[in-house]
Parts: sequence; C-alpha cells; structure tokens
Amino acid sequence: MTTLIIAEHDNTVLKAATLNTIAAATRIGGDIHVLVAGGNCVAVAQAAAAVAGVSKVLHADATHYEAHLAENLAALVQSRVRADAGYTHVLAPATAFGKNVLPRVAALLDASQVSDVIAIESPDTFQRPFYAGNALARVQSKDAIKVLSIRTTAFDPAGAGGTAVVETLAAAGDLGLTTLVGREVVKLERPELTAASVIVSGGRGLGAADKFHAVLEPLADKLGAAIGASRAAVDAGYAPNDYQVGQTGKIVAPQLYVAVGISGAIQHLAGMKDSKVIVAINKDAEAPIFQVADYGLVADLFSAVPELIAAL
Amino acid sequence: MKILVAVKRVLDYNVKARVKSDGSGVDLANQKLSMNPFDEIACEEAVRLREAGVASEVIVVSCGPTVCQETLRSAMAIGADRAVLIETDAGLEPLAVAKLMQHVATKEGVQFAIFGKQAIDDDAGQTGQMFGALMGWAQASFASKVQISGDTATITREIDGGLETLAMKLPAVITTDLRLNEPRFITLPNIMKAKKKPMEVIKAAELGIDIAPRTVTLHVSEPPTRKAGIKVADTAELVKRLKEEAKVI
Repeated sequence: MTTLIIAEHDNTVLKAATLNTIAAATRIGGDIHVLVAGGNCVAVAQAAAAVAGVSKVLHADATHYEAHLAENLAALVQSRVRADAGYTHVLAPATAFGKNVLPRVAALLDASQVSDVIAIESPDTFQRPFYAGNALARVQSKDAIKVLSIRTTAFDPAGAGGTAVVETLAAAGDLGLTTLVGREVVKLERPELTAASVIVSGGRGLGAADKFHAVLEPLADKLGAAIGASRAAVDAGYAPNDYQVGQTGKIVAPQLYVAVGISGAIQHLAGMKDSKVIVAINKDAEAPIFQVADYGLVADLFSAVPELIAAL
Repeated sequence: MKILVAVKRVLDYNVKARVKSDGSGVDLANQKLSMNPFDEIACEEAVRLREAGVASEVIVVSCGPTVCQETLRSAMAIGADRAVLIETDAGLEPLAVAKLMQHVATKEGVQFAIFGKQAIDDDAGQTGQMFGALMGWAQASFASKVQISGDTATITREIDGGLETLAMKLPAVITTDLRLNEPRFITLPNIMKAKKKPMEVIKAAELGIDIAPRTVTLHVSEPPTRKAGIKVADTAELVKRLKEEAKVI
C-alpha cells in the first residue's frame, strides 16, 4: 500500500497544507511518496524529505511545471501512478490548488474522488461533510486507486524528523494547453487565513469598507490575527474576495475566532464552526452566531471593539 | 462556436438540509429543488458570450430524472438556446456526469464548456475538471472573468491569496466562481419563450457508458452540533474568560 501526495508549494517553500495532507496519509498506513513538481524547486523537495512519515520524495523539475497548472501536473501524476503498480491512494490538500488539480487526476485514472475528507477510518472508508457541512457522510471507496482531497483543518500538520530519499522523476512532455499570464497575489503582513491561530472576522454590521478596516485592523494587530469576512461583507465590498470565510470561501479552524458584526448565516457557520473558541460581538441578541459562540457579547461593535483592544 | 453548460438540480440554497432518521441520506421529499447557483452563473456567462457574438449557440445539459427538465427550462429562460437531458434515475457521481457530458460535447462538436465550480448538495467540486481530463482540454477552475478572442480564452481565476490569469487554447472548460457575474432576473416572457425551445431526452442506459457508482455511502449523520456558550456582560469579562478559562490569548 503506497500513497502518492501531490505537494502544494511555490517552488521555494512547501505549503503548510501539504503537511496536513501527509498527516492524513499516515492514518492510511503504508508508504508515503510526495511528488514535488515545479521549476527550480529542489529546496522544496529537500524540505518534503525532512517531514516525518515521508518515505520517498519524487522531484520533477521543468519549466512547464513552474506555474503548477493542472493539465501538465495531472498528466505527470497519471504517468507516475501507471508506471508503478504499488500506488493505492493519491492525495492532495483541498485547497484552491488541490481542488483544481486532483479531479483531473482522478478522471485520468478513471477513479471517483472523495472530496474534503475529514477523517480516515480505514484504507477505504472515509468521512466527509456535504450540504455545506449540514450532513456528514461515511463513504467507502471501491476504486483500486483511491483519490482523496484532504480538508486541511481536520488533520494536525506532520512534524519534522523525516529522512526520505529524493528521487528525480523525469518530466512528462508539455501539453501546451494553457499558459500563465500573470498572478496577483496580495502580500499579507498578517498570517494567512487558513493557517492563522487567531482570526478576527467582520460582517455587514461594520457598515462600510473604511469602518471594516478601521475597526478590525487594530484588534487583529493586538491579537496577531488574520482578518476574515462574511460573504455579506465581501458582497457589500467591505473586504476583498479572498477574505471570505464560509462554505464557498475559506474553511478555517483557528484556536480563537472573533466574529464582529456577523449574524451567522449557515454558509458562514459552515466555514468556521470547527474553531476551538468562538467569540461573537453583535448588537442583535437573537443573531444565530450566538448559537455557536462560546462567548457572546451583545453590544454595539463600534464601542465594544475599542474597549476590547484596551482591555487586552 | 457552441457552448455547453452543465446544470444540476439540487436542494434550493435557502432550504436547510435535514438528514433522514435512518441515516441513508438527506431528505429531499417535498422540498424545493432548484438550479445549482453556480450553474446559474455558468448559464448567464454562456448567454452573455452568445449575446456578445462570441458564441453561436448555448446548449444546456443536465443528467438525472425526468423532473430535471424543469431545471433545463429555467436555464433556457435565462437564454440558453436548447437543452439535452441525459435521463436516469440512478445516483450519479461526478465522474459519471463528466462521462455523460463528454458524450454530448463530442456529439455536438462543442468548443467551450462552462460548469459550476461545485454543486451545493454533494459539494464535490469535481465535474468540470474531470470533463476537462476526459476531453483532453485546457481547464480553468474558479473563473471570475472570461474573455474569448479567436482561438484563445483568457481567464482570470481565484486562487488562495489572490487571482491568476491563464491563456487557454480552445477548446477549453471553465468552472464558475461566485463573482463571475450576477445572473439576470428571469422574466415571464422569457419563461414562456423557454417552453417552446427544443429539449432532447437521451436515456443514459442506452449510451453504453459506465456510470455505476464507485463509492458506497455507508451512513449519513447530522454533524455534531456546537453548544451555545455563555453571554458575557462586558469586554472586561470577555478578556478575563479568554485568558483564564479558554486560555487562547
């Protein structure tokens, strides 16, 4: 039994989501191979080899893997899996990267995919949420090669201490279907939402984009927190798209989640209800957010947040 | 250029899913079902491309029971030209749907396909990418902007932490993100017009395509619910409890 993990990285650093995926793979048992495909990404391959539980790193380096586009990457995974009969599982994190690539891999392998796995019961039985987290399914896969995307927040990251071998994997040809024109990645001075241990999140109660930033940023600074937003706040233009926490945005599970002026729509709760401690500040005592909050403060956020900052 | 749009009939997004007491699944009896919201966005985008003169025809396709014809009529009320229903009462996994869509796309000589990024019932988020793999086409998932000129589609897509822009050679498939567009309001005259548009029904069983499920759902349950905690009197009490009780700050 061998699991192949498609590593998420930026050619320099192995993304934390890969560590959660490796942790999930250790629950399956058997050997763990990590595929690091990219451009000039030898440092990432070495980093992957030092992760506990990894038995082998496959390093494929070519210009046409540099942008990690789905078509070439999926073809590489397919050829690797087809070349070695030992593979029983193919895993990737359920991040924007993994969600893009993995279904393409599954179809090339004529396998069904189990998305957003939150628990591994046995090598063929998994748990996953569906209906925006309103239902949980236990599913058994009958495919010879099981393809799983891993909900990263459900697995603590694998630690250091691995001494895996790094093997060079010959690049497959360039399919030439897609080229990257450009990327606009916002440089954050704060922690990344999906990796933050504290998140301060704002909703429509903030009332305007300038207030959203003026109220939340000092609190986030004080707590060393990432800033998130509800869909209502994003749709109203208070915060950029990638701030959105919820079923169709980011799924987060920090140690502390502070919901400010968020009513608590189902779609938002689905994205944050696995947080360890939830604090809600809202002037409406009947807001659904209080039904999931460990600590609720019924107050006007414009006075409560500055008070909170002063008291911290 | 013909565009294929895949649509799915799902539990309406305003209805809370309730798990059946026998753990066999989610109760859909007597519930409102409607078009998956991401598929509505897909439909709108395709119709805009036709209105802009980029596409010649928009074909909407759904896989499922007879009643999916209603969903296809809604898609034609948005402006799709005609519909194809691959009829089956069997439960379909994304891979099976991708294979059925491949059949239609090949038969119709489609050059561009638009799928929703995920269906809000099974939340799988797979079908569009799987279709891309089966067709050997370029793919761009989570698209928030689409421009087509000549044989190149330039797509802006949402990635973690920002956006990326891809240039794809047609034929290609995209999946829609929420912010790609806002679907138009469906008017009564367009609903009437949609009733007269062509609807082809193909029996899935007659196609000889392997659509048997590969996974078995053993049990479906309600997720563990979070208990409501306490209301604190003021920020001082909140800070005290976070420090001493929860120990998170």
